[in-house]
Amino acid sequence: MSLLELESVGARYGPVKVLHEVSLTVGEGELVAVLGANGAGKTTTLRAVSGTVRRSGDVVFEGHKLPRRPEATARAGIAHVPEGRGTFSELSVWENLRLGAYTRRGKIRDDAKRVYAFFPRLEERRDQQAGTLSGGEQQMLALGRAMMARPKLLLLDEPSLGLAPLVVKEIFEALARMKEKDGISVLVVEQNANLALAHAGRAYVLEVGRVVVAGTSDELRANESVRRSYLGY
Amino acid sequence: MPLAAFTWTEFAQQIAAGVREGAIYAGLALAIVIIYRSTRVINFAQGEMATFTTFIAWSLMNRGLSFWVAFPIVLAIAFAGGVTIERVLIRPVENAPVLTIVIITLGLALLLNGLMSIIWGGANRQFRGPFSTRTIDVGGVPISVQDIGIVVVSIALVALLALFFRFTKLGLALRAAAVNPDSSRLAGVRVGWMLALGWGIAAVLGAVAGMMIAPVVFLDPNMMQTILLYAFAAAVLGGLDSPAGAVVGGILLGVTITLLGRYVGFIGSTLKLPVALLLILILLLIRPGGLFGRVAVRRV
Repeated sequence: MSLLELESVGARYGPVKVLHEVSLTVGEGELVAVLGANGAGKTTTLRAVSGTVRRSGDVVFEGHKLPRRPEATARAGIAHVPEGRGTFSELSVWENLRLGAYTRRGKIRDDAKRVYAFFPRLEERRDQQAGTLSGGEQQMLALGRAMMARPKLLLLDEPSLGLAPLVVKEIFEALARMKEKDGISVLVVEQNANLALAHAGRAYVLEVGRVVVAGTSDELRANESVRRSYLGY
Repeated sequence: MPLAAFTWTEFAQQIAAGVREGAIYAGLALAIVIIYRSTRVINFAQGEMATFTTFIAWSLMNRGLSFWVAFPIVLAIAFAGGVTIERVLIRPVENAPVLTIVIITLGLALLLNGLMSIIWGGANRQFRGPFSTRTIDVGGVPISVQDIGIVVVSIALVALLALFFRFTKLGLALRAAAVNPDSSRLAGVRVGWMLALGWGIAAVLGAVAGMMIAPVVFLDPNMMQTILLYAFAAAVLGGLDSPAGAVVGGILLGVTITLLGRYVGFIGSTLKLPVALLLILILLLIRPGGLFGRVAVRRV
């Protein structure tokens, strides 16, 4: 059984329908990528899962239908790092991490230590206002905040956006270790298809709100049209 | 108008009186700021809510309860009342334009004012406070126990709130919901309840301000109206977004108008308010965000 299943999920912003009958699955411990051009519906797919957009169809998580409320999604064990990272820029780094653990009970010091082990720079900037961090550090904070919730599934929206290649490398390596160590499943949306396929086991390609190709990363790399449209060689 | 001879003792007394006035403004200003920060709404019913709860305290004390027994009961009622108002009146129009919500708070103020007149009558009532009005000697300056008590209670309340917002999980969630509701939801915070909680806390602050000032003035349905004006001024002075600013603004305003009223001949007690507002206007021309209004630093 898959951890997450989308069954013909549609979504709309007002009168504009942006997702049409998207079905996809994410298994336990899997890293799955959603690829596509701007406006293909990648971000909306994640938002449909976390319930931050009006949706139709079913989103099933651990065998239960998810209600369309972001708070309930968070409590079910899904951490969504949204577009623009969603950090609380007025609050300190430490306060951001504390908020990450909001749905949990008990001590959070050890979780913070784990986050700091992944991203030592966050510990140095513990009391700094999050809005003053660099873009890369904010992305680390967003990931760290998600880790604090000890989620079963992580939804990541364009983690590489606007970041230097070295920082992107650091972040994806951390992601791989998280998946290894904690068995977190990841559904990641990326414009950078090469990057995504290098880390994902499987991927879906979206075009104007529909899944047009799906398969393992190797299959997608071998696919002629995917290669030409998204991989650029 | 000739002024009485200046003495340092009297000056110190005036400062003390100003701080006491200011502590009341600060409490109410803080209530306004807490609601404003989370919902961008100025609650015009804040004064009437405070007076209403003070009347409840008066009724309880009339039935023989002592002040300090009535005090926590009234705070609990105020909290529940604030939460209920948000759930019942504000929630349904959450996504309406701000003006709509402002009109609702104005309507609520009128409604509460009318209710008070019906229930308790419009006459002035004597409210027996918890502190004696005799003066004690503080470093050579006679200051009334009541003034000291009012300031101590107000400061204690503000300090408690500051600790709550800074160190508890719930306080952090309240702040997060105010600055970034969308991300708060994704973190699992029930934002709707946080807003209601904010109204509850604001109502408690108002109730304390009301019960502290009622022994100084007389209790009647319009008791808080002028005070609310000063509290608005204090909140704007401090920066509407800043809880610390509201407290500093309140005390600064209290001291300023007390001193102006006493030492600047032509001002007296009638011109205190306009002159204070004029000073605030000038300050806002120089610092549009208020004294503590921060410009958020943001990098992308």
